[in-house]
Amino acid sequence: MQFPQNPTVSRSLAIFATAAISALTLSGCVPNQPGGSGATTIKVDSSADECAVSAAEAPSGSLVFSVTNSGDQVTEFYLLADDGLRIIGEVENIGPGISRNLVVNAYPGDYFTVCKPGMIGAGIGRAAFKVTDSGAHLALAGDVSEQVETANANYKAYVKDQVEQLVTGTEAFAKAYIAGDDDAARALYAPARMHWERIETVAESFGDLDPRMDLREADLEEGQEWTGWHAIEKDLWPAEAEAGFEAYSSEKRNALADQLVADTHTLYEKVQDLNYSLDQQTNEAIGLLDEVASGKITGEEEAWSHTDLWDFQANIDGARVLFEGVKPILEQKDAELAKTLTSEFASLQKLLDAQRVGDGFRLYTELSPAEIKALSDQVNALAEPLAGLTAALVL
Amino acid sequence: MAGAGIGIGADRAVLAATESPPAQTYPFYGKHQAGITTPAQDRLHFAAFDVLDIDRSELKSLLRDWTVAAARMTSGLPAGRFDPGGGPYDAPPDDTGEAIGLPASSLTITFGFGPSLFDSRFGLQSSKPAALVDLPHFPGDALEEERSGGDLCIQACSQDPQVAVHAIRNLSRIAFGRASLRWAQLGFGRTSSTSQSQSTPRNLFGFKDGTANLKAEESGELDEQLWAAAEDGPAWMSGGSYLVARTIRMRIETWDRISLREQEQIFGRNKTDGAPLSGGQEFTEPDFETLGRADAPLIDPASHVHLAHPSIHGGAKLLRRGYNFVDGNDELGRLNAGLFFLAYQRDPRRQFIPIQLSLARADLLNEYIQHIGSAIFAIPPGCREGSYIGSALFGD
Repeated sequence: MQFPQNPTVSRSLAIFATAAISALTLSGCVPNQPGGSGATTIKVDSSADECAVSAAEAPSGSLVFSVTNSGDQVTEFYLLADDGLRIIGEVENIGPGISRNLVVNAYPGDYFTVCKPGMIGAGIGRAAFKVTDSGAHLALAGDVSEQVETANANYKAYVKDQVEQLVTGTEAFAKAYIAGDDDAARALYAPARMHWERIETVAESFGDLDPRMDLREADLEEGQEWTGWHAIEKDLWPAEAEAGFEAYSSEKRNALADQLVADTHTLYEKVQDLNYSLDQQTNEAIGLLDEVASGKITGEEEAWSHTDLWDFQANIDGARVLFEGVKPILEQKDAELAKTLTSEFASLQKLLDAQRVGDGFRLYTELSPAEIKALSDQVNALAEPLAGLTAALVL
Repeated sequence: MAGAGIGIGADRAVLAATESPPAQTYPFYGKHQAGITTPAQDRLHFAAFDVLDIDRSELKSLLRDWTVAAARMTSGLPAGRFDPGGGPYDAPPDDTGEAIGLPASSLTITFGFGPSLFDSRFGLQSSKPAALVDLPHFPGDALEEERSGGDLCIQACSQDPQVAVHAIRNLSRIAFGRASLRWAQLGFGRTSSTSQSQSTPRNLFGFKDGTANLKAEESGELDEQLWAAAEDGPAWMSGGSYLVARTIRMRIETWDRISLREQEQIFGRNKTDGAPLSGGQEFTEPDFETLGRADAPLIDPASHVHLAHPSIHGGAKLLRRGYNFVDGNDELGRLNAGLFFLAYQRDPRRQFIPIQLSLARADLLNEYIQHIGSAIFAIPPGCREGSYIGSALFGD
């Protein structure tokens, strides 16, 4: 958790809403700067009654359709396959006067272009578009729809499993905390939280639950009640708190623990029917690495328990599971990237393994600056190519 | 007029149209202090000071000395009586000398008073403006004491970084024994336009910032939103303003890894030309009602442009005058970069505080920024030649 989210529109949820690339077509859009290396740029003018495409033919390879909305309604542009139905690529939500690019990797063949001002109906200005064989080497366009279905279903099962374990872990933790068995509660704290951190970006998509469960003290607004994991964390590690910190009363302990358990059950219910498209999954993986880079590597997440490396490992676990789920598809699309990511994940795991103690890790405060720097550098080494994953899969 | 000399006699709008040639000077004395509606210069050196163990009359003499030196430097003269190489041979030069040969380069020097100046030390308690409140804790604040607060502040802006640094250096030197530097910030690129003649610059996230800023030409709006009026009280602040300074660290490494789609969603504007995602060009008013696919608003309700928009804050606007900074790197090898946010306004209780509260709660941008420094200052009105900045506060 970095910052409290808007109660109704969280970052992840909002991405879900706008990432309208269908996982089944897999040939979606990635807006890009025009004039990239070797790309052919085609201008499209979407007006009220026309869909003017500057060329009816282009060589195979990377094509950039630079779409300008000169009408007064929100418009969309589609590149359709020769059956006139299957979507090869699309850009949506182009406001009047706005330009946006559709970047596609086009194979030789016959296509159609069409605009859809007002976003309803069959669209206007449907025109034939031919892609000639440039001799450019393109990866084979295999049918990956089955693999996509598998990846989606597997990830759904993974999230449900993690939340089930989170429920069990949280209940045991809450029980020990209420009973005043602080040693047991401290020992259960970080392992239980790992189930949260593995699916952190999914959990954060529930903008009402996340602040109740995972808010840090610095993220509070004046007068706002503080609840959740970190409020209890401070009470369990009072020696790390500021001078004058007063231990919570047993009433407060009960209330905090009960609410955490109840909220975890709510989370459990909410994830039962959640489905994840391919680009949601890849964006989640990137998001988890962001969480590591901004919260865990700096020791800001666990200000009192200093168990940041547990969270770190769990974020990486979650990202690796997401990556491995889409890896068979990526290997067809961009084998080199799949290889790079496999190797960078392994290098990062090696660094984390070096910090293991028993079933857990060394505390953040026990790490030397050089060790933290090495972890940070490897997070960058992994996160940078990982950021290209969505584009590699949908292009 | 490009490359022309000192624009004496020209009015500010005409001067602004020249995009500030290096030799330009702005008058120090006037109704308002310079450096607020002055077309934002490219470079900044900002400094906050703690007043040392001195009395009220010594504080007044510090302000007098600062006023004289500031008036000299902004007109391109050395800070002291003598040229840096022309004073008594056995005395240290009374100007440090690194600005020898450099023109004024649009230098402005703006002074302010922090809330702590109005404690019991100088008998100023009853003169404290009601609008000069301590800022509340905003969600996500990670403020560092050594980058926050201050009894006094000086904002030095110039087209030439050496000229701005020269100003702060010499004013700090003049203050030795009376006030000492508490914290300071260098800025290398303006992030706002304060005049319609200026193009909108970009922040380090690569987006245009301050498109909807208050501008010098909007005189009615300035009276409404920028300048403290006599009826606002206290009388000594009439024609002044209030400055909020926030040091905002940007997590540019993680930002650079998110898709263009997400970057534009977060700001609510298009990256290339700054047009709102609802359509139009940069200066088209955003339309938060325009719906896209699945009836979702084209501009995300949690986007920066929406949450900061005057329409949800009772029309409240700010005159932003911020700067980009990159202060080396941190221990993790990340650029220590961000935005040094400066915003002038008539009353922070109606302007900065509610706007920032709404941003701190929900702005999508929060994942990529962290506020690490904070200060607020009363910016007294300008003064006439022979008087000094803040004289009305002391009843002079």
